[in-house]
Amino acid sequence: MTEVCTERAISVVVNGVPREATVPVRWLLSDALRHGFGLTGTHVGCEHGVCGACTVLVDGQPTRSCLVLAVQVDGREVTTVEGLSRSDHQGGQVLHPIQEAFRECHALQCGFCTPGFLTTIAAGLDARDPSVEITEEEVDDMVGGNLCRCTGYANIKKACRHAAATMRDSAGAKSATLAPDSQEAGR
Amino acid sequence: MTTKLFGEPVRRREDARLIIGQGRYLDDIGSGAYEAAFVRSPYAHARVLDIDVSAAMDVEGLLAIYTYEDLTGPLAEPLPVLIPHPQLTSPRTGYPLVKDVAQHVGEPIVMVVATDRYIAEDAAGLIEISYEELPVVVGVDAAEAAEHTVHDDVPDNVAARHHQETGDVEAALAASAHTLSFTQYFERSASMPMEGKGVHARWDDADSSLRVYSSTQASTSVRAAIAAKLELSMEKVEVIAPDVGGGFGVKIVHPWPEELLVPMAARLLGHEVKWTEDRREHFISSAHERQQRQEITVGYDDDGRITALDVLVWHDNGAYTPYGIIVPINTATQLCGPYDIPVYRARVNSVYTNTVIVTPYRGAGRPQGTFAMERTMDRIAQERGIDRALVRERNLIQPDQFPYDWGLTFQDGRPLIYDSGDYPAMMAKLKVLVDWDGFAERRAAAEARGKLLGIGMAPYVEGTGPGPYEGAHVQVLGSGKVLVSTGLTSQGQGHETVFAQLAAAELGVPLEDVEVTTGDTRRFGYAVGTFASRAAVVSGNAVALAARGVKEKALRIAAEVLEADPADLEIDEGLVQVKGTPGASIPLRTVAVLSNPLRYAFDEAARQATQFSGPGDDSKPPVAVGDAPGLEHTDYYSPLRSTFASGAHAVVVEIDPATWEIAIEQYAVVHDCGTIINPMIVEGQVHGGVAQGVGGALYERMAYDRDGQLTNASFMDFLMPYASEVPDVDIDHQSTPSPLNELGIKGAGEAGVIPGSAAIASAIEDAVGRRIAAMPISPTELYDLVRSDAERVTNSSPHDSGAMA
Repeated sequence: MTEVCTERAISVVVNGVPREATVPVRWLLSDALRHGFGLTGTHVGCEHGVCGACTVLVDGQPTRSCLVLAVQVDGREVTTVEGLSRSDHQGGQVLHPIQEAFRECHALQCGFCTPGFLTTIAAGLDARDPSVEITEEEVDDMVGGNLCRCTGYANIKKACRHAAATMRDSAGAKSATLAPDSQEAGR
Repeated sequence: MTTKLFGEPVRRREDARLIIGQGRYLDDIGSGAYEAAFVRSPYAHARVLDIDVSAAMDVEGLLAIYTYEDLTGPLAEPLPVLIPHPQLTSPRTGYPLVKDVAQHVGEPIVMVVATDRYIAEDAAGLIEISYEELPVVVGVDAAEAAEHTVHDDVPDNVAARHHQETGDVEAALAASAHTLSFTQYFERSASMPMEGKGVHARWDDADSSLRVYSSTQASTSVRAAIAAKLELSMEKVEVIAPDVGGGFGVKIVHPWPEELLVPMAARLLGHEVKWTEDRREHFISSAHERQQRQEITVGYDDDGRITALDVLVWHDNGAYTPYGIIVPINTATQLCGPYDIPVYRARVNSVYTNTVIVTPYRGAGRPQGTFAMERTMDRIAQERGIDRALVRERNLIQPDQFPYDWGLTFQDGRPLIYDSGDYPAMMAKLKVLVDWDGFAERRAAAEARGKLLGIGMAPYVEGTGPGPYEGAHVQVLGSGKVLVSTGLTSQGQGHETVFAQLAAAELGVPLEDVEVTTGDTRRFGYAVGTFASRAAVVSGNAVALAARGVKEKALRIAAEVLEADPADLEIDEGLVQVKGTPGASIPLRTVAVLSNPLRYAFDEAARQATQFSGPGDDSKPPVAVGDAPGLEHTDYYSPLRSTFASGAHAVVVEIDPATWEIAIEQYAVVHDCGTIINPMIVEGQVHGGVAQGVGGALYERMAYDRDGQLTNASFMDFLMPYASEVPDVDIDHQSTPSPLNELGIKGAGEAGVIPGSAAIASAIEDAVGRRIAAMPISPTELYDLVRSDAERVTNSSPHDSGAMA
């Protein structure tokens, strides 16, 4: 009889912190994040990859954590909604512009789908040139793959535009600070 | 009110935790809990012959398996009929676990508890059940035919005949200049919140007490149900609704079997037990709504004014009637919307089918009623050659007709009396917003592009804020923090924010000082629940009243300290001060400290209230007779009857005659929910409602096959709108405050969804010139309809209508 492998050790960088865990091989990444690492911000809405509530970033790419086994992220980097904000020098928390924008634009109601939208949109915004004005096509692309049953999406799209504008302003401010001859700022 | 908060688009208090992943939803609770899984009936109608659990017993990590035979006492009895009604003559409810006959696919038969969900499902998968299949009843037509029965002892499948009338409709129809009769269908959808249901229970053996978390809209009543079913004293049971990931009606039903079985298991096993519903379970075991067949006869005069309306509705209530006939009542009583209809009769026959139960989903019977009424208006307009807006305007209840008494009984058991509104102004705003009168040019421009453009409209009235009551407790702490609690629950509506706005505005404190708790029986035990757009109306007024009670006491205490008349005092930014006398003031937090005379000082602030801290009045006891220590107050608001919000939607659709894809070009909403506490939140509610209305009109349908199998029980197959399907919404507000409550609030939660199918059907019909008599409608169905011999229809435009009038 073949020995059935039911558990396996993985090492994964979660929100910038290297973590080790032994996980059942059948666990989904969402199980490992929620039940293994206690990161319950990642929500499971359908477990068949349609709603997008469980979206996290694997090596920076939006990924349905209900469609990936935990063992598949061995050796990779995972960012959850808890990892979108960063610490400032005073030990406080600086939210990602899309997080601020969600609050400012009333882009969430029950909040259950919100982490999936935030991770997806954050990845989209971070990957683009912030100095260029965001287009409606870009907004639709970032917002269009996730389900929300509360908001009707209008304010989520608004938040997306708002965050892009914030990032554009701060990119502008940064390049202004680095003037006169920094070509790095816009990159 | 010195602090300007009421009516402001204040940013939500709840968002701070939700945007950083620190919400606390049901499945986030109890990481060490045992987990439950259920074996559910794979048949729509079947007798359970034998349950063989032997193969499951060897699964490592299995803790318990429960079947009906393990239920004792009240748990072995049928689940409660929550809302009895004299016309619900054959109410039926299931058991927590199937006793004998499963009545729909998904009904729970066995509960398995194991160390985790995977193992519980492993064991569940090894349980073998043998069944005797029974004939299946699906759809209202089959139920009415009653060739087969759902419940043996209900031979006609009719649970209830709900009839209401305002006069002799048959005589009025006979006397009408014109009559029309037609039949139409409305399909099933469901609330489908992003978070399904879930229950976590912790039994404290030493204390013989139970703490239950449930993703519910009615924690106080869940508590009462658990206490009754588990034979516990109420004070030994606490129920908390944590962050709830959407409700939209499905979570108002209770007790769900799992809300009883999970606590039962926790008690028997002496360990935390949790169950989190998965998406398939939600599709096949939680509630649906909306399926009806509507037979309508209307009488009207030459001008299109309705003289009599008679509707017979066959309403599919699914396998059981735990929530009574609230949905049929809503359809019957809200159908007429904003129209002045002289004689009206509604007969709703609520029938059993072997499908998931039907209980309120946002709108709760009103979308169907509005569909019936508005399609009737369109038909009258077409028959008489009158513009569709004009025929509606001619039938509107006028502002001077309020209060408008229908002579009917509403869903709260109180008289159906519209409190206030201005429907003509609302329709006028809508016509401007959508440019109704300029539509012909748009249509022509679209035709030049090879597209079919159509426009439709649908106004509605929504009974909101029903009683019996809600309450609130407001307390100022010595720290200055203000605690507000109400027993009513939240599922994303922003209650923490709007109730904080109300309390802060009444008390004169900064919003940041207010903390709101909802749906926690430890904090507030008396409540009804969140449904029928009632939170802002009923809990909102209760919070305001409770805060006012606190303010009165604060001013009384402060007046003694400041040696002033309470009438000369005001509270601003947390400071009680003599009006017009700067410097003569005392912080509210100090008043809170002084309100509680102390023997022991536990911190610096408390020193001020101790017995040697200052000269007191030795002639009086420290706490006056009839008074109580502490700066807090509990109050209740019990409305005389429901308030009536209103609105009107207009839709422009563009149809591609090559693919028959239906795109929404424009969606316009005029909305009147009385006084608005927070316009940002109200608009959010409208947006969300419209999205659900669009989903219900064009995409969502519970597709049962003839065997009672739900063939699209996943998000892959049941199509909920993504951002790409939901249009931008143009909103215009109107406010006719309710005269029934001091704040003038009417409630906004459900409104957005109500006229969606009616308005969209009207627009599609206008675009393609074929009668739309069933919703939802897909491109394929539209294609088939256009190619069929379906009735051709022509609408009059504003400029050529009225000629016949």
